[in-house]
Amino acid sequence: MAEVLVYVDHVDGAVRKPTLELLTLARRIGDPVAVALGSGAQDTAAVLAEHGAVKVLTADAPEFADYLVVPKVDALQAAYDAVSPAAVLVPSSAEGKEIAARLALRIGSGIITDATDLEAGDEGPVATQSAFAASFTTKSRVSKGTPVITVKPNSAPVESAAAAGTVEALTVSFGASATGTKVVSRTPRESTGRPELTEAAIVVSGGRGVNGAENFHIIEALADSLGAAVGASRAAVDAGWYPHSNQVGQTGKSVSPQLYIANGISGAIQHRAGMQTSKTIVAVNKDAEAPIFDLVDYGIVGDLFQVVPQLTEEVTSRKG
Amino acid sequence: MSLRIVVCVKYVPDATGDRHFADDLTLDRDDVDGLLSELDEYAVEQALQIAGEADDAEITVLTVGPEDAKDALRKALSMGADKAVHVEDDDLHGSDVMGTSLVLAKAIEKTGYDLVVCGMASTDGTMGVLPALLAERLGVPQVTLLSEVSVEGGKVSGRRDGDTASEQLEASLPALVSVTDQSGEARYPSFKGIMAAKKKPVESLDLEDLGLDGDAVGLEGAWTKVDSAAQRPARTAGTIVKDEGEGGKQLAEFLVSQKFI
Repeated sequence: MAEVLVYVDHVDGAVRKPTLELLTLARRIGDPVAVALGSGAQDTAAVLAEHGAVKVLTADAPEFADYLVVPKVDALQAAYDAVSPAAVLVPSSAEGKEIAARLALRIGSGIITDATDLEAGDEGPVATQSAFAASFTTKSRVSKGTPVITVKPNSAPVESAAAAGTVEALTVSFGASATGTKVVSRTPRESTGRPELTEAAIVVSGGRGVNGAENFHIIEALADSLGAAVGASRAAVDAGWYPHSNQVGQTGKSVSPQLYIANGISGAIQHRAGMQTSKTIVAVNKDAEAPIFDLVDYGIVGDLFQVVPQLTEEVTSRKG
Repeated sequence: MSLRIVVCVKYVPDATGDRHFADDLTLDRDDVDGLLSELDEYAVEQALQIAGEADDAEITVLTVGPEDAKDALRKALSMGADKAVHVEDDDLHGSDVMGTSLVLAKAIEKTGYDLVVCGMASTDGTMGVLPALLAERLGVPQVTLLSEVSVEGGKVSGRRDGDTASEQLEASLPALVSVTDQSGEARYPSFKGIMAAKKKPVESLDLEDLGLDGDAVGLEGAWTKVDSAAQRPARTAGTIVKDEGEGGKQLAEFLVSQKFI
């Protein structure tokens, strides 16, 4: 079977969930060969093997942490040269997309980003994507070179599939441009203990109706009762009530969870663009005319300050 | 020495309009108004701020697109950019990001630059890969997704807020930066700015001017192919309940029925 390169997104050896989802998709089109770079790269091998990686190529060098993006492109290109894969899959993070794009250009291949599904086709892998604020679904493929495809989180189930996961060291020689952009300092984002927004199975969001930063604890309490991530609309972020890193929408993050609960969010097009592909959508809003109600599977017309704490209490007691 | 800044902007269909595909599966531009991509307004704003801090700077706004794309250039000129370059050619229709980045790179090289500024993504395609592709093509450092940016002493520096960390970045000019919507609110054009924009030069280029072959771009030259586009079926009407005091409990019942609890 053809080999498929899978770029591993990990933090000090802890593999992030979107990479495991990629392995599920990779197995549909070939044998996954994982590429793990940087500090802790070798520590990723066990979990990658449990999820179907036949081989894990690893490399570590100070360049990966000290310079932006390009050293990782050099390494992925070295892996590409070593393997001659049928496709290259990369998680659709901001950095993942940049790495994938530069690799695609170097190897003379087309790129598809933000795929939400992937299947084998007669002329190579066929990717499903959403367009125009998720009002359209397209099927696309790369028509030149080796397909380079980035895949959105939550696009496939994580499935265990034992494979050899043989670890091999990847030899990388860095090009002149690798050290062009220096990372002068890095401040890790403080963990909230909640799931990462784009990866979460459930997202609970607050908008203008939350009416102040001091009220967001109501949203957080519901999120915590469900084990969910917290999102915010642009209105809430622009008002300074919640960090931009939690913004859902066209200029924020695009999420596609199993369940999305929008509280005090009217549902402007910018917001819908970021959450419309959620499997089940629930909204709580005082305004019965709010456009968000056009999208919902279940909507409550009511005061979120009444409804949300009551829901939180119900969830907590039922789970308790 | 003068700091030459080129800002790449895109003319996009209004997201509040009814966007759809034409028969050839490219964007149907006839049925929806276009405008300067909102995320590119942030790029113009940062270019204006960087130019304001420099001894001597010149800002060129650049776009690739049909005749109407001049509207996007006019908006940027009315915000304060000095001149514009418009690449227009029938053969460009249906270009993918690889083709567009090729044309932009050639136009940037022809214009001359010390700093290229882009928005973080377009509001229509939303791929977010064009800045990285341009940096690769131009062979200059990519300093992308910045929420803060400054240029001093031949260096560009800025802050990149990622999923897991916030990074402070630095590169020597010439370089390419992209800025996020957190970089600072874009200014509104003043009446004076709008009047002045009418007199600013807009240079038109076609593929021949850039030494490019029509086959390298457009739908035929694209490295990707859209096989089908289907409108998502409208969501079936959901259940909507008015809260009479038990709304939270009713919602909990729904979540139980859907196995979320």
